[in-house]
Amino acid sequence: MQGFIQHLADALSLGSLFALTALGISLLFGIMRLVNFAHGDLITIGAYALIVPSSNPNAVMFIGLWPVLDTIIAICAIVVALAILCERLAFKPMRGANPSVLMIASFAVSYFLQNALIMIYGSRPKGVNLWPALAQSVSVGGVRLQLLQIVTIVTTLVLLCGLTLFLRRSAIGRQMRAASENFMMARFLGVRANLVIAAAFAISGFFAAVVSLLYVVQRGTITYDFGVPLVMAAFVATVIGGMGSVLGAVLGGFLVGFANVFFQVVLPMSLRGDRDAFVYGFVILVLLVRPAGLIKVKSVQERV
Amino acid sequence: MLEVETIEVSYGRIPAVRGLSFRVDKGELVTIVGPNGAGKSTTMMTIAGALTPTRGLIRLGGVDITGKRPEEIARLGISFVPEGRHVFSQLTVGENLLIGADMRRDRAAVRSDYDRALAYFPILKERLEMPGGKLSGGEQQQLVIARALMTRPKVVLVDEPSLGLAPIIVDLVYDILRKLRDEGSTLVVVEQSTHRALENADRIYVVRNGQVTLEGASAKLTDKDLENAYFGFEDKTDGVAAVHF
Ligand SMILES: Nc1ncnc2c1ncn2[C@@H]1O[C@H](COP(=O)(O)OP(=O)(O)OP(=O)(O)O)[C@@H](O)[C@H]1O
Ligand SMILES: [Mg+2]
Repeated sequence: MQGFIQHLADALSLGSLFALTALGISLLFGIMRLVNFAHGDLITIGAYALIVPSSNPNAVMFIGLWPVLDTIIAICAIVVALAILCERLAFKPMRGANPSVLMIASFAVSYFLQNALIMIYGSRPKGVNLWPALAQSVSVGGVRLQLLQIVTIVTTLVLLCGLTLFLRRSAIGRQMRAASENFMMARFLGVRANLVIAAAFAISGFFAAVVSLLYVVQRGTITYDFGVPLVMAAFVATVIGGMGSVLGAVLGGFLVGFANVFFQVVLPMSLRGDRDAFVYGFVILVLLVRPAGLIKVKSVQERV
Repeated sequence: MLEVETIEVSYGRIPAVRGLSFRVDKGELVTIVGPNGAGKSTTMMTIAGALTPTRGLIRLGGVDITGKRPEEIARLGISFVPEGRHVFSQLTVGENLLIGADMRRDRAAVRSDYDRALAYFPILKERLEMPGGKLSGGEQQQLVIARALMTRPKVVLVDEPSLGLAPIIVDLVYDILRKLRDEGSTLVVVEQSTHRALENADRIYVVRNGQVTLEGASAKLTDKDLENAYFGFEDKTDGVAAVHF
């Protein structure tokens, strides 16, 4: 029982990180048809922003030492600002370009950000010990779980509910949904393209910031490509879930999380190194059955 | 109210509209008729800001709006209903209507326009919570017109509202368009059928090959005049029609 619940918590918390990352990608894809690989680098930068900028491999905590709430607000503000800056400088001039052109542009932004990080912080891994209290275990109904996993899962649930409410109830949320179905029609009705796109980048940046904080606590080490594995898994999650669907991104994220933990548990020790091959084999199977992903998005098929 | 002066619009190097002019005065229902590919939709898209003319001017209430962005033009008072009923299929009927009012700050007036729109289109009132994509074609056409009115526009542009609808629904849609005109709205309606244009419009422009080939008050035009302009026939003195290409 302990073992099963532990695996379930592993799967849910890994799935949570994938789902949050996938949402950041899916929102932008829904509205701009942009597959933003630079999203992973926003996650990386959120983690680096915790420490004093220096190429010394021994990291000195900076924002990471502030009171918890201050740290959270500062990291979110930094990553959101950076996300909006990327939009203004890199993606805005290419608005309306072909999706593959946009994707290549996002690779360029990603390389730029990674190399900027190497320039400022050096390329060696740095130990970052954020919020060590989260590493302890707590007993939930007789089962011992790591506090970080519980925090990760609860945070994700709260953010998912928050995002759903925002998209359903607020005027901007409604405009974002309209724009992701038919951007030009929304504009014919006076919906401001700049506002909707900036809002999508801001939310995407906010999710990246939350993921960096949760992931940095889990990993304890940061490198210039810290966010890349997350963005890869999340990209796969959005494809499985159905490109551009918010619900699909969440389902896809959890599915990839569960597949990871499942193969980790069932594969014999000798094959565990090849776990990703099994995970992505499973992904291919899902896509063979449902080529458009779990949730079909009509406007994507018409437009892309 | 709206003046379009000798605009030229191309797709790449292929011209679609070549020096087209027309105007609509306040409170008029003007119809633009013409065969497939005449450039009617291109003209509407250009007025609405989705395309930029290479030459010519577009003025709304005397103000130059040429080359402005679609959302700016919408905010200046032109509401465009494109060809093919673009409802937001995932949004409810109610949300579709509200999108049209999101740019407005006059909350009380929005409320009364909302009620007025539902009074014009009672069928929508029964479907408020339904996703727009679940409506029938006729209901969708009513929804997009109602939605366009929610912006409280100075001019409404409607591109082929009759496309793919049963004749009885087309009559219903035109009844509403005429009623809107009677209550003071200014409308430009694109139509393929000369017959429906004559029945409903105050004035008519016939467009062919990206140019206006005939214009006039519908009361003064005959079906014959329209057809000749529409198909490019020209009445010769000997009564034999010649085809112009
Ligand atoms: N997106 C486009 N790219 C290239 N050419 C186009 C495009 N849209 C329209 N055209 C061309 O421009 C010309 C005018 O088309 P337009 O759609 O304005 O005609 P229309 O009068 O609205 O016709 P219909 O009655 O069929 O709707 C046509 O020759 C058409 O082939
Ligand atoms: Mg047309």
